[in-house]
Amino acid sequence: MVDDRSGHNKIEVRDLTISYGNRPVLRQVALEVRAHEIFGIIGPANSGKTSFLNAVNRMDQMRSNMRVSGSIRINGIDTRSWRNVYALRRKIGVVFPLPVGLPLTVYDNVALAPRLAGTAGSRAELDERVERCLRRAALWDEVKDRLHHLGSLLSGGQQQRLTIARALSQSPEILMLDEFSIAVDPVTTMRIEDVLRELKAEMTIILVTNLVQQAHRLADRTAFFLDGECVEIGETEALFNGGAVDPRTHDYLGGKFG
Amino acid sequence: MFGPTLINHKNERIQKRVQFLFGVMLFFLIVPVVLIVGTLLVKGSGIISWSFLFHDPTNGMTEGGIFPALFGTIWLVTVSLLASVPLGVAAAIYLSEYAPDNLLTRLIQLATINLAGVPSIVHALFGVGAFVVFFRFGTSILAASLTLAIMTLPVVIVSSWESLQSVPRSFREACWNMGATRWQTIWHVVLPNAFTGILTGVILQVSRAAGETAPIMFTGAAMFLPFLPSSVFDQTMALALHLFVVTTQVPNVPESLPYGVALVLVGIVLLMNSVAIWIRMRLRRKKKW
Repeated sequence: MVDDRSGHNKIEVRDLTISYGNRPVLRQVALEVRAHEIFGIIGPANSGKTSFLNAVNRMDQMRSNMRVSGSIRINGIDTRSWRNVYALRRKIGVVFPLPVGLPLTVYDNVALAPRLAGTAGSRAELDERVERCLRRAALWDEVKDRLHHLGSLLSGGQQQRLTIARALSQSPEILMLDEFSIAVDPVTTMRIEDVLRELKAEMTIILVTNLVQQAHRLADRTAFFLDGECVEIGETEALFNGGAVDPRTHDYLGGKFG
Repeated sequence: MFGPTLINHKNERIQKRVQFLFGVMLFFLIVPVVLIVGTLLVKGSGIISWSFLFHDPTNGMTEGGIFPALFGTIWLVTVSLLASVPLGVAAAIYLSEYAPDNLLTRLIQLATINLAGVPSIVHALFGVGAFVVFFRFGTSILAASLTLAIMTLPVVIVSSWESLQSVPRSFREACWNMGATRWQTIWHVVLPNAFTGILTGVILQVSRAAGETAPIMFTGAAMFLPFLPSSVFDQTMALALHLFVVTTQVPNVPESLPYGVALVLVGIVLLMNSVAIWIRMRLRRKKKW
């Protein structure tokens, strides 16, 4: 395990440029994500936030037209030099905007990642792991009596927590959430936000959101993306209390556009 | 204030006419099916018996049973499925999951769809050239089955490909993001959810393979054989060809015989379709999204 004390850089991004075909979606981004922080990324639609997450996860490999240049270092190692890209992705849990309950049982949804990775272990170990992940995603109490019912039949908010439990089942070092609250009711959103605050002790979290107030509530530091450019990065408190240097950040946080 | 306006009345009238029109169309669709099955049942069911199904034809095919033809059709369909299903599903998986979305892939897809529309007699002649002559299988079950396989392959590919494409892309993305390889994603998430669709496509092709006459009459089916085939290199009788023969080639056939043969052929197809529907219903209870 590489140095993982809080405050150290978990992810270092340099000169990151992403394009789809000839259309650039992110230009010359440089930023650091510190270990055990919640790093917020805010910005209007089409500002390159999701593409950034995809680049961290090396999903460009799965998309024929996605081009990534520059470097992303995780634990000090360039993600391009990872020979086993699957092992890299297992260190990174991802939660999508719309919940993806795979048409498997609740149990199998959470057990899928360990099974695919070959780390499922004995049935008892797996049972224990599934329960732990569901508990940490604040879903256990609601599904403990129907673990063997279809996960895709849960409500939207439950499915989103199921997705989080699934992301946790691979014991990730980094958790990336992409606008997780879009399809979730406010009460569930608050519960998930509480979960994230607790998870911070165990992992590094990147929170992409188009809800400015959500970044304010959760993020230690926040980056503002606009039209494929990283306009500004700063301590969330400072940014929101008038410390934004760039006038565009100021306007966006103040609700003048976006 | 909330009373119907003129435009409401007009829309309502149109809606009723459209519904009626579609109902009439459905009626005309069902009538021929009912008539065909009804005629076969009335005229053919009398001759169906244990000995009809399981005995050889006798007296110049004017009497006796149809066992060699029934047996041969099952052989032909089974061997052709063994060839076309693995090949077709593998091709569909490659097209859907691995191939980059470029001009070449689209051309291949287009060509495959067009291939499905090629008349079966063309496939028959291809089968003669390729399997009977070039590969020296002679006129045999193997050559006939492979010809049927070539004929059914495009539809197996297209229907499997469409079933794979109907699995939401978000499932694949979720799986990839967990660190699954493409193959793990296909095996654990995509295929289980595409299975019912693939199965439907395959079963429809079983019906087609069982019913086609042209592709087999030059490649391996015989009008009459005094023995059952013992290997795939033998010729065989087949129900579809037998029906053609007893209807047009043999004099003095009692009227009920061809109807009985046709009834058995339709019965096999319906049986296969029912099995497919049953499997689909069983699986669908487990797969929902």
